[in-house]
Amino acid sequence: MSASRMEERVSQRTISFTLNGQPMRLEINPHETLLHVLRERAAAAEVKSGCERGDCGACAVLVDGRGVNSCLTLAVQVDGKAVTTVRGLGTPDAPHPLQAAFLEQGAAQCGFCIPGMLVTLQAFLSERPAPTRAEIREAIAGNLCRCTGYHKILDAAETAARQMRAVQA
Amino acid sequence: MLPHVDYVRAEGVAHALALLDRHGAGARLLAGGTDLLVDLRERRSAPALLVDISELDELAAIRAEDGALHIGAGVTVAALREDATVQAEFPALAEAARWFADYLTRNKATLGGNLANASPGADFLVPLLALDAAVTIAAAAGDRTVPLDQFLLGPRQTALGRGELLREVVLPRSAPAGQAYEKLGLKHGGAIAVVSCAVVMDVRAGRGARVRIVLGAAAPRPFRARAAEERLEGQPLSAERAEQAAALAAGAAQPISDVRGSAEYRRAMVQALVRRGIDAAQAAAVRS
Ligand SMILES: Cc1cc2nc3c(=O)[nH]c(=O)nc-3n(C[C@H](O)[C@H](O)[C@H](O)COP(=O)(O)OP(=O)(O)OC[C@H]3O[C@@H](n4cnc5c(N)ncnc54)[C@H](O)[C@@H]3O)c2cc1C
Repeated sequence: MSASRMEERVSQRTISFTLNGQPMRLEINPHETLLHVLRERAAAAEVKSGCERGDCGACAVLVDGRGVNSCLTLAVQVDGKAVTTVRGLGTPDAPHPLQAAFLEQGAAQCGFCIPGMLVTLQAFLSERPAPTRAEIREAIAGNLCRCTGYHKILDAAETAARQMRAVQA
Repeated sequence: MLPHVDYVRAEGVAHALALLDRHGAGARLLAGGTDLLVDLRERRSAPALLVDISELDELAAIRAEDGALHIGAGVTVAALREDATVQAEFPALAEAARWFADYLTRNKATLGGNLANASPGADFLVPLLALDAAVTIAAAAGDRTVPLDQFLLGPRQTALGRGELLREVVLPRSAPAGQAYEKLGLKHGGAIAVVSCAVVMDVRAGRGARVRIVLGAAAPRPFRARAAEERLEGQPLSAERAEQAAALAAGAAQPISDVRGSAEYRRAMVQALVRRGIDAAQAAAVRS
């Protein structure tokens, strides 16, 4: 066995976390990013790999409810935590208000940025249920979309925020 | 993919310090990872062990004590942005937090990481220098507190020795009411500063007092533009004097040309931002 293989074996470890509510146990190496482990080992290909340096937001997920870029999170750091991807927000039969509004208003074009966009908006709206349009723009400043020009995304986010408030009330 | 590296989640500051001691130069502290993990990925840094301090509550508190606000190194930018005392008493710092990176990055990035990383364009260094901040450094032998100006040795160089950890930032609560932070980025969100400046001052009988003018991304490290400060300190304030101070600040800048802008452009923008900052700080001081 080569030295580097030995080293990998030594530091490998098991992590436990929930992925969209499902318990997971995975053998990982500590240098593996959460993005990599979710896509390659947990069949969560809905988490998109864009810039891999925190600039684009395509890989955003919720960790214990907080929106973070999974490319700048190590998989080992989510041991014991709850990870939510866009799949955990809702299903085709019972979509989350954000998912429903994005569909109805055609806010997704190529769709690559949408999983990160929706997860970011969910985290943001749970902190700030009645934001202004300017505040929504600021909240998604780290989620790059190269198709839509953002207008329909902002429209859909405003609609969803209203619906989420109505459900709360 | 990141290069191979080992990992330990620290259980407390004492545990983190012990790990740093045991592993020497190969160990690096991991806070939000928004600088460090990018550096690892781009092979600018190759530590053998990451000591994760991102979950330490003892580093994540903001508390008032002995006439100072103590902000833990592990406080995230998101938390700093929401803090009522910071907003009320240190608006220049709050403003830097407001326009820092983007929502997702702010949830991870910490104040301590920004200071320890000490990039020439690091946002928080600029208002904190203008607010006469000090930092507390923890080591196995005990804590010591040094003025931020002495902590900052050069680009990406700080007074942190091997086996040491940045514990907190200490801000005297008697800060002048006139405060402004001005940042020019290539876009509004998620942008590192092209140049930035903080202006902090009181106005007494129409004259500048306790004036601090600090420039960011305009030299190898953020620094006080003392000639510009002197133009306002104890002097009757006027538009003409503000313009002179701004020109002196631009003269003191030693900007570089890079992907974010040429040296010439940066120098011109320093002048514009300092002028804006003086006007804003003066107005805030007069209002208070
Ligand atoms: C998309 C994006 C946007 C950004 N925008 C901005 C911006 O607008 N303005 C700006 O200034 N920066 C920006 N940054 C840079 C970065 O987010 C900040 O510098 C941030 O504050 C770093 O903090 P961190 O907790 O992520 O540090 P880490 O990456 O975890 O650590 C950075 C360095 O500091 C050391 N360190 C961390 N904590 C301590 C401690 N307590 N004691 C001793 N050493 C410590 C680490 O060992 C490492 O060397 C951006 C980065 C990204 C990815």
